Amino acid sequence: MQAGSLSTFLKRGAIWGFIVLELIFFSVAGEFMSLSDKAFMDVDNMLLLFKQSAPIGIIAMGMTIVMINGNIDLSVGAIYAICAIILLDSMTWPIFAGLGDWAIPVAWLLALGAGVGLGALNGLIVWKTGVDAFIVTLGAMLGYRGLVFMYNGEQPTSHLNWTLVDFAEAQVLGLHTATWFLLAVTAAIWFLMNKTVHGRNAYAIGDNREAAVNAGIRVGPHMMINFMIIGFLAALSAVVFYSESGSVNPNDGELYELWVITAVVLGGTKLTGGSGSIISTLGGVLAIQLLRKGLAHIGADTETVNLVIGLILIAVLFLDRQLNIKGKEELKV
Amino acid sequence: MSGVNKAQIGGFLARQGILVAFVVFMVGFTLANQRFLDPDNIMGVMRSSAILGVMALGVTFVVISGNLDLSVGSMMSFSTIVVLDLHDKLGPALAIPAMFAMTLCLGAFIGFLVGYLKLNSLIVTLGMLSAIHGLTLTYSGGQNMDIADKEGTWFSVFGQGEALGIPVPILIFVGLAALLGVTLGKTPFGRKVYAVGGNGTAATFSGIRRARVVFICYLMSSFCVATAGLIQASRSLGSQNTVGQGLELEVLAAIILGGASLLGGSGTIFKTVIGVLILGFIQNGLLLVGLQFYVQYVVTWVIIILAVWLDIAAKRGKLWSPIA
Amino acid sequence: MTDQTPALRLEGIVKTFPGVRALDGVSFSVMPGEVHALMGENGAGKSTLMKVLGGIHQPDSGQIVVGESPVVMRSPLEAKAKGIVFIHQELSLAEELSVAENIYLGELPRKRFGLVDWPRLEAQTNEILGKLKVGFNAKTKVGDLSIANQQMVEIARALTVDAKAVIFDEPTASLTDAEKVVLFDVIADLRAHGVGIIYISHRMEEIFKITDRISVLRDGQYRGTLDTAATDEEEITSLMIGRKLDLTRSARTHELGGVAIEVRGLSCGGLFRDIDFEVRRGEVLGFYGLVGAGRTEIAETLFGLRDPSAGQILLDGEEVRIHSPAEAIARGISLVPEDRKGQGLVLGMNCRDNMTLPQVSDLKAGPFVAEGAEVAIFDQYRDRLDIRTPGWKQMVGNLSGGNQQKIVIGKWLSMHPNVLIVDEPTRGIDVGSKSEIHNLIRDLAAQGYAVIVISSEMPEVLHVSDRIVAMYSGQIMRTFTAEEVTEDNLIQAISGLSGEGAAA
Repeated sequence: MQAGSLSTFLKRGAIWGFIVLELIFFSVAGEFMSLSDKAFMDVDNMLLLFKQSAPIGIIAMGMTIVMINGNIDLSVGAIYAICAIILLDSMTWPIFAGLGDWAIPVAWLLALGAGVGLGALNGLIVWKTGVDAFIVTLGAMLGYRGLVFMYNGEQPTSHLNWTLVDFAEAQVLGLHTATWFLLAVTAAIWFLMNKTVHGRNAYAIGDNREAAVNAGIRVGPHMMINFMIIGFLAALSAVVFYSESGSVNPNDGELYELWVITAVVLGGTKLTGGSGSIISTLGGVLAIQLLRKGLAHIGADTETVNLVIGLILIAVLFLDRQLNIKGKEELKV
Repeated sequence: MSGVNKAQIGGFLARQGILVAFVVFMVGFTLANQRFLDPDNIMGVMRSSAILGVMALGVTFVVISGNLDLSVGSMMSFSTIVVLDLHDKLGPALAIPAMFAMTLCLGAFIGFLVGYLKLNSLIVTLGMLSAIHGLTLTYSGGQNMDIADKEGTWFSVFGQGEALGIPVPILIFVGLAALLGVTLGKTPFGRKVYAVGGNGTAATFSGIRRARVVFICYLMSSFCVATAGLIQASRSLGSQNTVGQGLELEVLAAIILGGASLLGGSGTIFKTVIGVLILGFIQNGLLLVGLQFYVQYVVTWVIIILAVWLDIAAKRGKLWSPIA
Repeated sequence: MTDQTPALRLEGIVKTFPGVRALDGVSFSVMPGEVHALMGENGAGKSTLMKVLGGIHQPDSGQIVVGESPVVMRSPLEAKAKGIVFIHQELSLAEELSVAENIYLGELPRKRFGLVDWPRLEAQTNEILGKLKVGFNAKTKVGDLSIANQQMVEIARALTVDAKAVIFDEPTASLTDAEKVVLFDVIADLRAHGVGIIYISHRMEEIFKITDRISVLRDGQYRGTLDTAATDEEEITSLMIGRKLDLTRSARTHELGGVAIEVRGLSCGGLFRDIDFEVRRGEVLGFYGLVGAGRTEIAETLFGLRDPSAGQILLDGEEVRIHSPAEAIARGISLVPEDRKGQGLVLGMNCRDNMTLPQVSDLKAGPFVAEGAEVAIFDQYRDRLDIRTPGWKQMVGNLSGGNQQKIVIGKWLSMHPNVLIVDEPTRGIDVGSKSEIHNLIRDLAAQGYAVIVISSEMPEVLHVSDRIVAMYSGQIMRTFTAEEVTEDNLIQAISGLSGEGAAA
């Protein structure tokens, strides 16, 4: 075995080790400190964990591939809100009045289409202007949020469709609808990144862009497709969440980009691109949600969760650097 | 039109694009509403821009040194909540230095991580955004913070006072801008900030202690944040825990609009002030012509991308990216 | 061989960059099944020529003929499609991907719906890897391979196309002896299949072992082709260096001062070991050796950029420990680094600010930078070094290489150092500026500076040095005085060929 393999293995598995630690810690600590009698690793509790992970988790899958590709998307929270509004509002449009419950799939398509379109716009700007994705999507974060407000001012947009609510609250084989979506998206994105030419080229572009260009890989279209995918997933996340809640505030989804990036980085994806694993991102998402629930379980203020997540993110970065340090021979710059 | 002419026009637009856009906006708004260039209105714009502006001054140092600071929004919430809380516990005279000390500690921590431990500034400050938000919530117990006696305190002078007919927040903003502008443009430290951001390796090879420069930049950023928090607290005398949320990205938007590169090594305090004022005037102008505040977001989006795009296009001599 | 059509023919290739004529009418041809060495000193134009052949640069004039048809190559991809494959010295691999994916980068075999045909990819890859007899398989992650094995992946890439010509750029620089044997087998296999091979190397031993003919470049010009079997090192060296070589530089007229810096038993991990030398005031000590021999790393250690694992550094007889460039500067050591743009200059800053950067904290008027004093320093060194620039406000990035280098030298001279280290002082600089800088280095010694010059160019090191340290693979092989040194014994010492005279 090469020397690098062990640390690679440790890094790959680290997020799952962390999850196990969390489970043990909260189970034991819960025995002494919990306000409720229920065990932490209660089946219902764990099922709920998956469901609650879904909105962030679905977007995080998209963020993983955009970051593997060497870009970043700060506009996902705003795309999420726009698509939620389109989903709920379009069901009340008079032209769809005659459709009955068939308005639901139409609304879904409109919302998902909007997500793809907004992502495509980001991707096209990054591709054609050469402006860094960080700046393009920072601008879009503001611009798309502006569109959200322009739609309905500062009023919430509401529409509760009971068929939709039933669908969203359904449990198949014990898992909630949202959980199924999260798992399906994870599987699909995993397949995309590991089995298709597009996925492998996306890795190559993020890893060594010059080599990819020299090998004739067309960088622009691949980047654009990934931005379309993350737009689609932000929309899908909105579809899953708002089918159940039925009401969207214009501020919804704010800071989502930051939570999503946190989960992706915890999962070990590099900001510089080329490296990252879909499964580990799922681990990152679950770890954060577990922390949230665990701290609540042991009676800690829910407020501390942000503190803990932030410090863990920094600790992970620190450990990663310590593992990669070369020792005394290294040039000190 | 020949290619040369195109390139020349492109170059001119890129260099002066921001100013051109600014003038077009000003003229347009003035035509649409006579009150736009009214001194009271201009004063109003500057006052409402002061908090964002003060924060942007500090982050300018961080950006020129080649790093990012995404934590300033939640750090500003922290400062505001802390100073409001301590106001009633210690009295304003002690509360203010105590709040500054606590905020500077946060800045020093970030500066240590990014400067001395060489951790990626984007992730560190992203983590600190979350951590400081949590710290604030823990500190306040999730409650809004209010000063008990809102009428009887001199504390309100920083946000609501006036001197020589000019609101104090503007004086603080302008004074700090002058001080930091001189620091960045005229002192050895400022020169080192540009060198570290322009080429950190060459700076190290020139004997500059890069880690220390980065560390001080974050200290300055947190000092500016504390000042912004003071103005915010003093203006409202009560606050939510999330008062600074999202400001980190607006600050970056203003700095980018001013023409600084996120890669470091370029930008000035003056340009940042221009960027802040553009954001302020756009918002104000749109309100005056009867459009809602959120139209500003869309306009800002378009302007940021056009500004950076033209800048890049002028440097590479081509409008469109050569990416296949 | 003569009546065959060449696999690759170059006709009058010219390539200029601003201020430099990098290639000036280069013509030669490579026959199918021939291993053709390309030799020349650093800066002679080899790497530019390779970039022209690899489709990275386009020639200003002249043409490239593959087989019987002239070709135009606008990108590395087109070059590959025309049958010219380039094995880079700096690897261009995606480290997170597998061996197979790297070999077929951009050309992954597809099934329907854009899926990767993994079985076919693996089968094709293993077939190629089988030919190379390597110890890894298609699925190994490239980042987990040694540098030598990564190079094998690059070579495997060459085998996926119907290559007419394969270019190897210093392929053995990081290989062990066993790995070299495998590489030479691969080259033998390629030539047996009628592929023309261009082999770039400084190592005479290898050149004589595997090549058929040798073409030599000097200062961007083609200097002739020799049959390997009918030539010797001396003939090659004289073609490479030319008659311009001025070994009879004027004798030193000034007296040497005391020992300014002495190094005893200095080692740094695997980079270099047991380094001993001293430099006296008024003396120029040259360090000569192949790239990777550890010369630059010694300079970086003296400048506080690396921590030594053993040994002592003495300045004026006093032992010092130097942990950072700031400390080195405070002790009077200056380093003009090897990588001018990466390490020497902040390209987005103006000339004056770059020049005064190390002392900006000392040039103060109250709390501010004393800009007047800065301009005075700039003017002084602009005149002294004859820096051609419209003014101090000019961005350094807009200057020519020679003037940029003078800014860096001026920056360090203005610090009045006790010890001046100059690493590759004339890399990428036109001939005129080169001799100016050489004279400058001599002048500095005459003024009493202790100067260390590191160079990969033999004429340079011979011309400027009072004594020359020959390094090979992290060790000092021999220290020559100006009287002892010849081209032959210097080349032998740095290529590890001769045991004679090796440091005891």
